[in-house]
Amino acid sequence: MVETHQITAGFMPLLDSAVLVTAKEMGFAEAEGIDLTLVREMSWANIRDRLAVGHFQVAHMLAPMPIACNLGLTPLAVPTVVPMALGQGGNAVTVSNAVWAAMSAHGAEENFDPATTGHALRKVVLERVSQRKPPLRFAVVHPFSGHNYELRYWLAACGIDPARDIEIVIVPPPLMVDALASGTIDGYCVGEPWNTAAALLGRGHIATVKAAIWRSSPEKVLGAGALWAEENPEALSALLRALSNAAKWCGDAINHDDLARILAEKQYVAQPVGWTLPALRGQLPIGGERTVPVSDFFVPFAKGATFPWKSHALWFYSQMVRWAQVQHSADNARIVHETYRPDLYRAALKSLGIALPVANAKVEGALTEATPVGSSGASLVLGPDGFFDGGLFDPDKLDAYIASQKQ
Amino acid sequence: MAAGQKSLSILVIDENRLRASVIETGLREAGYDDLTIVHDVIGIARRIEEIQPDVIMINLENPNRDMLENMFQLSRAVKRPIAMFVDRSDSASIEAAVEAGVSAYVVDGLKRERVKPVLDMAISRFNAFSRMSRELDEARSELEKRKLVERAKGILMSTRGLSEQQAYALLRKTAMSQNRKISEIAESLITAAGLLAPPGEEE
Repeated sequence: MVETHQITAGFMPLLDSAVLVTAKEMGFAEAEGIDLTLVREMSWANIRDRLAVGHFQVAHMLAPMPIACNLGLTPLAVPTVVPMALGQGGNAVTVSNAVWAAMSAHGAEENFDPATTGHALRKVVLERVSQRKPPLRFAVVHPFSGHNYELRYWLAACGIDPARDIEIVIVPPPLMVDALASGTIDGYCVGEPWNTAAALLGRGHIATVKAAIWRSSPEKVLGAGALWAEENPEALSALLRALSNAAKWCGDAINHDDLARILAEKQYVAQPVGWTLPALRGQLPIGGERTVPVSDFFVPFAKGATFPWKSHALWFYSQMVRWAQVQHSADNARIVHETYRPDLYRAALKSLGIALPVANAKVEGALTEATPVGSSGASLVLGPDGFFDGGLFDPDKLDAYIASQKQ
Repeated sequence: MAAGQKSLSILVIDENRLRASVIETGLREAGYDDLTIVHDVIGIARRIEEIQPDVIMINLENPNRDMLENMFQLSRAVKRPIAMFVDRSDSASIEAAVEAGVSAYVVDGLKRERVKPVLDMAISRFNAFSRMSRELDEARSELEKRKLVERAKGILMSTRGLSEQQAYALLRKTAMSQNRKISEIAESLITAAGLLAPPGEEE
């Protein structure tokens, strides 16, 4: 007789809840003996609180959030581990039609290229300074989010100081499009379907994408209460297997129409299929019927997309330090290092015969093209990875990287 | 409230006006007069700067909690640091609050015994409000059901020439024999009558 594990997971109504939703809807959780309950939440703060009081055992979380919890940077945080990532890519930067028109005049093209769009934006920003106009205001979803760090990295690498030249505020994802249309904000970095929605409604223009700013980078992760994970290793392993199988299903293009329909349902993202499908296909709208293909926009499974790389955690930490959210110390770096748990990932997924990376960390930006790497189980191809400006992040040289950011 | 102690300044953010007023009444009755109630977060930073509240309460359904917490952390609008709840060791209070659907932020250094009654009041008012909404929903659906049965009776009376009592008896008998609720039978009958009615005679 198979023991049943009762697991309740919190999630936010975003496209990258796909792996969790699929685990439940397509029976992958049930097949592993898990009675999985999914609870839709309205804010990341709710997810954190309900994980803290034990309503949730695991949750859909922003990749830097468990790190912030363990560093004690957020209220009501409990020790949280990351045994798995929930995919790579998925975000984009959308700007208002007015800002896009100005960027176009300065050479931005509809190709989502971070370098050219970023330099065009820089000229717009400088123009506003010379005209004594207030700085542009961009929104992200949370201070401890991939969105915040990607946006700032992109801006800074293009010569825009995110702390001085631009204002960055927090807006919840479902309110982004309206905030853009009303002129409260001039642009935002958010997950899907909120870039597609703005483009299809004609309220904004997608300028660039996460998949191009930091290639092969994680977006959401599975956060698990550390105590629960420790006391329930079998339940956690069963869940990771279910999620891995679900991620594989999500990654298969043949399933994208079904996945778009499931995600569109009222209990999940609750938005039209026309909004959920484009990102799954990696075809982002740019106005009218026109779309631009983006490689690796939605990567739930391939290229080790669910592997919790310690180098990812440490890069997020380097950005927390860069933007003065935390002081760098050896102790803090150690806490971050121990937050992402590839050991739990391998222990759970060994039996599936899927590709498991041998290393726990990698140099971000070392792979300029898709490259076979050392793995157990099946063969594994990673990359291209790294940053659009050619920057390298070697997690073994964390101190030097952090020092190099202070300019 | 202890004599000579300044009343706590409390800010309640709730887009549900009815619930906000239920909480407001509770807090005023308990002697908290320094109250500000707001229904949306537009311009909230300036309000917080003006009011300098000791306690800020917001319901968990509000998607703006992340924005609010970020504001507290940046501490531009907020001169004094704000922590969540009174202290982390009071896990029973925290759990009760999350279950009731409210979160509270208090300025650092405020004593537990001063904030606890405010939080307890909010929790009990939130719970009472949920109970009230549930009862209201139930009453509403009860009323809907009664209306359905009335309409079904009317249809039977006019199409079959039955008395009101006979019409009701027929509905009840059908419900019992099919092991369904009277309101369900009434609903099917109304739908069927609508489908069978000649054009222009529906409703």
